[in-house]
Amino acid sequence: MSQMNMIQAINSALDVVMEKDPSVIILGQDVGYFGGVFRCTDGLQAKFGEHRVIDAPIAEGGIIGSAIGIGVNGLRPVAEIQFADYIYPGLDQIISELARLRYRSGGEYFSPVTVRAPCGGGIRGGQTHSQSPEALFTHLSGIMTVMPSSPYDAKGLLISAIESNDPVIFFEPKRIYNGPFDGDPNKPSVPWSKHPAGEVPQDYYSIPLGKASLVEQGQELSIITYGTMVHVAQAAVRTAGISADIIDVRTLVPLDVETLVKSVEKTGRCLIAHEASKFCGYGAELVATVQEECFWHLEAPIVRVAGWETPYPHAFEWDYFPGQDRILAGIRTIMESQ
Amino acid sequence: MTPKSRLHIPHPSARPGEAPDFSYISLSKAGAVARPDTDAPAGNIEHLAHEMVRVLDDDGVARGDWTPDLTPAQLLEALRLMLLTRQYDERMHRMQRQGKITFYMQSLGEEAVSIGQGMALEADDMLFPAYRNQGLFILRDTSLVDLMCQCLSNTRDMCKGRQMPVMYHNRKGNLFSVSGNLATQYPHAVGWAMASAIKGEDHIAASWVGDGSTAEADFHYALTFAAVYQAPVILNVVNNQWAISTFQGFAGGERRSFAARGLGLGIPGIRVDGNDLLAVYAVTRWAAQRAREGGGPTLIELVTYRGGPHSTSDDPTRYRPRDEWEAFPLGDPVKRLKQHLVNTGHWSDEQHAALENELKQSVIDAWNEAITFGTMTEGPHLDVSIMFDDVYEKIPQQLKQQRQQLVDLKGTNT
Repeated sequence: MSQMNMIQAINSALDVVMEKDPSVIILGQDVGYFGGVFRCTDGLQAKFGEHRVIDAPIAEGGIIGSAIGIGVNGLRPVAEIQFADYIYPGLDQIISELARLRYRSGGEYFSPVTVRAPCGGGIRGGQTHSQSPEALFTHLSGIMTVMPSSPYDAKGLLISAIESNDPVIFFEPKRIYNGPFDGDPNKPSVPWSKHPAGEVPQDYYSIPLGKASLVEQGQELSIITYGTMVHVAQAAVRTAGISADIIDVRTLVPLDVETLVKSVEKTGRCLIAHEASKFCGYGAELVATVQEECFWHLEAPIVRVAGWETPYPHAFEWDYFPGQDRILAGIRTIMESQ
Repeated sequence: MTPKSRLHIPHPSARPGEAPDFSYISLSKAGAVARPDTDAPAGNIEHLAHEMVRVLDDDGVARGDWTPDLTPAQLLEALRLMLLTRQYDERMHRMQRQGKITFYMQSLGEEAVSIGQGMALEADDMLFPAYRNQGLFILRDTSLVDLMCQCLSNTRDMCKGRQMPVMYHNRKGNLFSVSGNLATQYPHAVGWAMASAIKGEDHIAASWVGDGSTAEADFHYALTFAAVYQAPVILNVVNNQWAISTFQGFAGGERRSFAARGLGLGIPGIRVDGNDLLAVYAVTRWAAQRAREGGGPTLIELVTYRGGPHSTSDDPTRYRPRDEWEAFPLGDPVKRLKQHLVNTGHWSDEQHAALENELKQSVIDAWNEAITFGTMTEGPHLDVSIMFDDVYEKIPQQLKQQRQQLVDLKGTNT
């Protein structure tokens, strides 16, 4: 075991999987010589060479499109999109090609591409460096969507994503790259070394896709969330002084319905939190699933806490971000509901 | 008078009711363009993007140093494959008109592109076709029955009922799955070629788009990536003059050739007579050899004419002269190769007519076999539960549940 932040854990995942499987290659802007703008690929080109860690032109559609061809030819590409906000030029290649290739060719062709992209706000990035576009991808059939909330999970899940023969969109909440974040930007930042999930094995391990993680156990309420909001929810539950299950979905598709159902059947109350805006957000799917599966166990309407339905505003970042106060308001609503 | 800015709207040279006019197509004489060495620096051969490589002259005589060393037997095989493609197209177009299949796209007039280029490549080279490259599938031994069953979405459909007609694939034949989205296959071909180079293999990739599709971002992504990494790939633009109703000027072809699109990136461009099978074969061999020797990508523009409608959903008489194809200066690729073979004493009108009849019959026989695997109206039918397969490598729980729901629903209804 060693202490790692999420960047180091991602770097370590790439490192061990590239050691293990010579077909794994990395493609993206600034990923090679420079090691990535967030340093996630630091040192990898020096170690594995320019044919395995490849700097790419600034053309997201070209990165994803050529990664598909690289994958069809038997290699296992990990494409980095520098910010999730810049993934849209590659959207047609993801939707029409990557997600559907296996299906449309009757199972004969596939391309095991992993697309890594830092997402989420809280870094003063304004609307072009703060978005959480996961719902655009979870709506697709044929592609998996993952978002870890800790260094330990990031490494184990990324290794599974790369090894998956199905394509995976792997979102990395960049606000928690360096440490967990409880939603209060005025507090001094906390490093991952103070957190149990900052303990990461140096060697190979994997966490299966499609399994949620129960990060807190309680009796009165189920909070279903993912990414940065896992930590905000934990802080809010402590402040509220209630006993709650906190479920980190981790793999948005395929969704671990069983873990959600078990929890809500036990508590009878459910709050869903994500940073992306609410309308048609991923939380809408979670609400629908919980309602379909657990209706007769529910003691109160399900509450969603999410970003506002505006672009991410630079000057009002912390008014946009669904922080502890909004989760606490949600908890009050749900606990007072009879 | 002060000059003013103006908005230029491209107009084709002729509309319905007007006389066809192809004066906008600049031609070189057969044999007039010299063949450079395959390792010529890109900057020294930019003229190839503006001139036109032609081998067969108007009398069907092969001229100049691009003349490929194809034997009469190989040329006869090329003729047979072009004719077979045309017979297959003719039959399938008619089957759509009779309501037997939902949709179809012919390659009428463009057969030399797929057959000439396909013959010039090796079996291990990976091809990323567009939707009008059925000739590549026929050339690479995809049986007509398999192609027809795909169009019928029947129980032998390679796509398991998931794709519109003509979206074939052939994994064994190294033919990628055809997408309905335009130009998306271009970056795939470049990526595939990059992987081939990474692995140290000697196989190359080739891909095709139409003149209209060069406007798509994927075309430009692919050229950039191909140039940056010097990927061993041949990128082909089939300039058949028409993208449904918009002529090639709407893709920016009015002032410069499509072959010249790569020059700014240092990619050699070759403009070739796309209806001259010998020239098409020769330039493709040149580009393939260059790629295999580490010379990187080549962009080939094949100048041809879309002899039929864009698809069965299209009526070209509403936007172009009815007799435009007859006036096309590069003629019909089948007639031109036939003329060459007759001139050289290897073929005759009688043999040609007999071959046409034989191929027509083989297409009818294939159709009769294909429909035994089901049609849109007659069984056997595909098992609907296979619609949940192949979304992922292994079927997830949610999809299993949905499959069961559908099966239960079907059970209740019958």
